[in-house]
This record gives sequence, structure tokens and C-alpha cells, in this order.
Amino acid sequence: MSVLTQKFSERWKGHLTSFLFILPAVAIFSVFYIYPFFETFNLAMREWNGISMLRPFVWFQNFQDLATDTVWWHSVWHAFYITLFALTFQNALAFALALACDRQIKARNFYRVIFFIPPILSEVVVGFVWKWILEGGMQGGYHYGLLNHFLSSVGLHQLVTDWLSNPKTALTCIAVVHSWKGFGWGFIMFLAGLQTIDRELYEAAWVDGASAWRTFWNVTVPMMLPVIIVVFILTILGSMQAFVLILSMTNEGPGYHTTVPVTRILFAMTGTKQYGYACAMGVTFGAILIGLSLTLKKMQGRMKQV
Amino acid sequence: MKKCVLAGLTAWMIFFTAGCGNVHQGDPNAITVWHWMADRHEAFLQLAERYKEKTGVAVNFQLFTPSDIYSQKITAAAQAGILPDIFGILDKTSVIAEFIKSGFVLNLKDTFAENDSEWQRRFFEKALAVNAFEKGNTYGLEPGIYGVPLDMTNMQMVYNKKLLKDAGIEMPPSTFDEFVAMAPKLRAIGVTPFVSGWGELWLIDCFSSNYAFNIMGEDKVMATYRGEVPYTDPDWIAVFRIFQVMAREDVVDQGIVIKRNKFAEQDFALGRAAFAFNGSWCVNVYHGMNPDLDYGVLLPPPVSKRYPLFIWGGAGSSFVINAHSSKQDKSIMFLQWLTEKDQQKFLSEATANLPANRYALADLPPELADFAGGMEHLTHPTLWPVEEDAVVKEKFTKGLQSILIGEKTPQQVAQDIQAAKTRQVERAGARRR
Repeated sequence: MSVLTQKFSERWKGHLTSFLFILPAVAIFSVFYIYPFFETFNLAMREWNGISMLRPFVWFQNFQDLATDTVWWHSVWHAFYITLFALTFQNALAFALALACDRQIKARNFYRVIFFIPPILSEVVVGFVWKWILEGGMQGGYHYGLLNHFLSSVGLHQLVTDWLSNPKTALTCIAVVHSWKGFGWGFIMFLAGLQTIDRELYEAAWVDGASAWRTFWNVTVPMMLPVIIVVFILTILGSMQAFVLILSMTNEGPGYHTTVPVTRILFAMTGTKQYGYACAMGVTFGAILIGLSLTLKKMQGRMKQV
Repeated sequence: MKKCVLAGLTAWMIFFTAGCGNVHQGDPNAITVWHWMADRHEAFLQLAERYKEKTGVAVNFQLFTPSDIYSQKITAAAQAGILPDIFGILDKTSVIAEFIKSGFVLNLKDTFAENDSEWQRRFFEKALAVNAFEKGNTYGLEPGIYGVPLDMTNMQMVYNKKLLKDAGIEMPPSTFDEFVAMAPKLRAIGVTPFVSGWGELWLIDCFSSNYAFNIMGEDKVMATYRGEVPYTDPDWIAVFRIFQVMAREDVVDQGIVIKRNKFAEQDFALGRAAFAFNGSWCVNVYHGMNPDLDYGVLLPPPVSKRYPLFIWGGAGSSFVINAHSSKQDKSIMFLQWLTEKDQQKFLSEATANLPANRYALADLPPELADFAGGMEHLTHPTLWPVEEDAVVKEKFTKGLQSILIGEKTPQQVAQDIQAAKTRQVERAGARRR
């Protein structure tokens, strides 16, 4: 064997050994990520009930049907509504609480723990507890829903309603509970971000005579921008895909008033057995989420330049 | 080094390929049963123990809950070819038919016919009918009996005797008008007149179909499903109007449209509601929630005298045998034993469900006996010659929710459903072309 052939074979042996080491990871990634990804596209162009061996190819028919499916587009709007609510109220609350806990206040560790409890609770449990709070029924002349009981006991009878089955309030209730459940994540990330800001910047601003408000706008916010963008992206992805709370609180009802894309996908698969259509929904929704994330990433780049 | 890599790789291959075979085929003297019935699991385990003592065959009952997760599991298992020896299909007829058509379910027609149909004769006719497909069925299936019923169920109304008495109501209603007229009296004592889990679409569908049969008769309902009668027909409007009346006259709370049956059962058991619409399994559930609850059973009060009111019922749960199982004979023998009088009686007593075996009806609790009294009024979508398209059904049930919350009128809902029906019929026509 020539020296060249020996070198070549040794190099290939090295490659093969390396390949064998990464093979398990590649196989797992292929089976659980790459294959389902392409299979979803494949199924989105087929008509399939989930059981039959026949899966006729229908090209873009499922996407065409989806384009005119008003319930689907309503569900997308509902997801946007919940997301907008979370982006504003949830993150504003998380930021305000993080600012408070960043200062030298008493029992701040206790508050940190308290604020982080909602995110670690099971979504189903949270859903059922809030369902009980927002319940609209009566027994023996008394409201057994906690909120209605409170409202009527303080004389605000006109505000009493069946919060979750009233089409005007149901989606907002879901958005509020979702924000309550999720603000702890933002709180932790904001707090971590705030603690990385160099204290000397605040001291310099104070020496220059900057007010608390100006310090906040000119020091805290710019320094926190990368964290804010990450929290926004995570909030968007988390809120757009919220569904466990919805299933446990309203089961998509009343009518279609709290339906969101993920519940539509679930119902198309398990309810009406339209697996192909459900995959088309999944692909479309995935594209929407990717589009949103890319837009935010671009915004982040531009803000960095500013 | 090489040896280590090879050993690691082999172990890894074994680990991954272990899940690819049919894991249930291992022990030749054991059969595996998948089911979703959490309330019956303990009783099943006891019966399995008895069966093993008697025959030496181990029956491995595996419980998967909740039921919708179970349904997804068997669908995935069918695709992967790892269905157990015996399993249940908890879904509508078209789905059961698809399992059969795809060759996953064994036809038991010949087995039932053996020994002068001894096995077949022990069941209530309606219980077996749910699993039977006649010649010329719309699903194009080979005629046969594909499942073994375990118990019977039917959907009726229940009423709280004490609450009715407190409201000064002496007798339960015999007509829908009487039922509606009771609402103010019940509201006056601070209870909700009627509750049901109408956040679950199948339950509101079931209630509405009782009245559809009562108002227009089975033939016209089936003609609608075939696309020959529109949902805008006055008879259908009359069906939808029942829900409008119930909402307008305060018979139901608005919250009924998002209520799951579990919570509706709680409301009735805790005396928050005077009437409920539920299945015969509720006897067990109510007993667990409130052992002192004193209640009676009645058929939903009819709205018309034109046609009889039919209620949903039949086989509550059934088992089928995997057509690819290597232990079909053992599976059949176990199901034959499970549906014998003694085992059926044990199951009925342990789980407060109506037995599928007609000879095991004795000694039922009074409420369950009342439910058994409604057996001659049974119907079920699985017994109907046609099935409504699932997309139309969704529009139908969501439309009823819209009426209950006062968002839409019966006419608007009828138009919405008819539009969905027309679209689905056109789509089906295009597919056929």
C-alpha cells in the first residue's frame, strides 16, 4: 500500500469514526424533526382522514379551502389579539415588577419567588382555577363564581356576567389569564437584564442631573433593548400557540369566539378527521410565525443601528 | 476504541429498533387489551385475574385516558401496525368503518353464528346492532359483526326530586312546554332549571337529534343528511327554536355553552341544577359525587306528537379484535367469557352500567333500572343508514351554541348550516369526478 493510499484510508477512518459518533444525533434529529417537517408538507397536499391507507394527492386544494375559511382567519385574529394583549399588558407588568425588584426593597427574593409561581403551574390547573373564579352560575341566590360573588357583594351588580360564555368578554378573559400565567417568564428575563446594566451608568446620569424618567429612557431602555426583543419574540411565539388554557377554560366556545389556530388544527385532526387540511393549517400558521419572528429580528437589527 | 464504538452502536440500534416490532406479540399465552374506561379499569383487572386462574391466559388490560387521547393513540397505532390483540374504537361510524375497511378489525360474523348463534343471542339486539354492518351499507363494508358490546348506555334526562318538591312541582314534565313552564319556579328557589355539558359538541348534537326525530321523524332527518331536505326547512327551524326558547325563558344558563359534562354532572350532583341531560353512566358518577342525591329519570319531554321521540343509546362500549393479531382465537375466547352472564353481572354491579348481556339485568340499582326502561326508544348515529358530514355537524352544533348565547336566530343558523352543507356536497361531487 502506498503512503498516499494509507493516508487516504486513515483520513476516511477518522471521518467514519466521527460520523459514527454523530450518527445517533443525526438519526434522532432526522426521525423526530426533519421527517415530520417534510411529511407535514406532504400531507398538506393530500386528502386523508388519518386512518385510511389511501391518501389522494389534491395539490393546493387544502390551501385554497383555507384561504376562504372564515373560521380559520377569525382564529388567527384571536391569536393576534391574545398576543397583542400579552405584548403590552403582560410585558409592561413584567418590566414594572422587574424594575421594582431590581431595587433594594425589602423581601425582594420573596417577591421574585411569588412572581415566578404562575409560569410553573400546570396550564390545565390554572385554566380550571380561573374558570371557577370567572364562573357565572348561581346557587341559592348566590354567585358561586368568585369574581361575580365579589362584584355583587360590593354592589357592582351591573358588572356581573357569565365572563367565559359571554362573547364580548370570553376572549379578553382568556388573554388576561394567559398574561397572568406568562408574565413571570418576562419578569425573570427582564430582572436578569436589569442586573447586567453597569451601575456606573446610573451614577453618571445622576451626577449629570438626569431625572429618574430621563435615566429610565436614556439608560435603562437602550441597555435593555436586546432583552426586550428576545422577550417579545418569546411572547409572540408562546401567545400565538396558546391553547391548553383555552381548552380548559372555554373549549373553543362560545361558538367560535375563543378559537385559535392550534385548537382549529387539533379539531380538524381529532374532530372532523381532516388530517390533510390540518397539516395545511399547520404549514400556514408556521409560515405566519416565521414571518413574525423574522420581522422582529429585522427590527432588532435596525434598533441596534439606531 | 473500535470495540467500544461498535458495542455502543449495536446497543443503540437495539434500543431504537426494539420499538419497531409488535411488542404485544411476545408472550404466546397473554393477550393485550387497550381501553379508555378509567371507571371500569379496576373491575377489568379483577376479571383478568379470574380469567388467568381459570384458563392460564394472562389478559393485560392497558388503560389510556382521556378518551380523546386514546382515540389518537389507536389511530397512530393502526398506522404503525402495533395495535393490541383487543381494542376499542371510540369514534363515529365513519371512523369505525375506516378501521374495518383498512383491515384492522376482524369480522366476527361466523363466530357469532356458531352453536346456533348462542353468543349472539345473549346480547340485546340494539347493543349488537351498533357493531353490525348490513349488506349494502353506505360504507361499502363486507356485511358482518365487527365488535363485541360490553355494556349498554342511553341518554335521558334526570331530575332532582327534592328541588322539584321545594319549587312546588309535583310531577316531572310530560311535554316540552310543561318543562319550560317550570323554569321560573325553579329560578325562584335559586337553582338553574337545566344543565348539560353542551360545551362538548356531541352532547348538544344528541339532544337536538332527539327533538329532530320527534318533530320530523327519522326519514326526514336522514333525507337531510343525504342532502335532499335543506336545513332551512321549517321543521329544522322548529328544532333550532327549542334552543332559542330554552335561552329566552331562562331554562339554561348562558354558561351551558362552554360547560364540559364533568362540570355539568357536578352542578346536578351538588343540587345547583334541577334537571340534567346525561348518559346512564351518570348513575355511577352522581353516586361518587353525592351518595345522598335523590333523583329520577325521564325521557326528554316531547315537543310534538307527530313522531315518537327517540333517544341515543345502544352499546356503551365495545371491543374489537385486531385482524392482524396472532392470538385471535384466544382473544375471541376471552371476549366470549367476558360477556357471559356472571362476568356481565359483576361488571354491571362494580361500575353501575347497564349490561349488554340480556340475562344479567337483574338487581340493578333503581336509577339504573329507570334508565333501562328507556331501551325501547333507542336510536344512535351508528345505526343510521347515513351519517352527516363532520364539517356540517360542527357548523350545526356551533350554530346551536350561537342561538343559546343570543348571537344568532334559528333562521340565520339554518342558513349557515345549509351553506356548509351545500359546500360539502359540491366538494364531495368534485372529488368523485
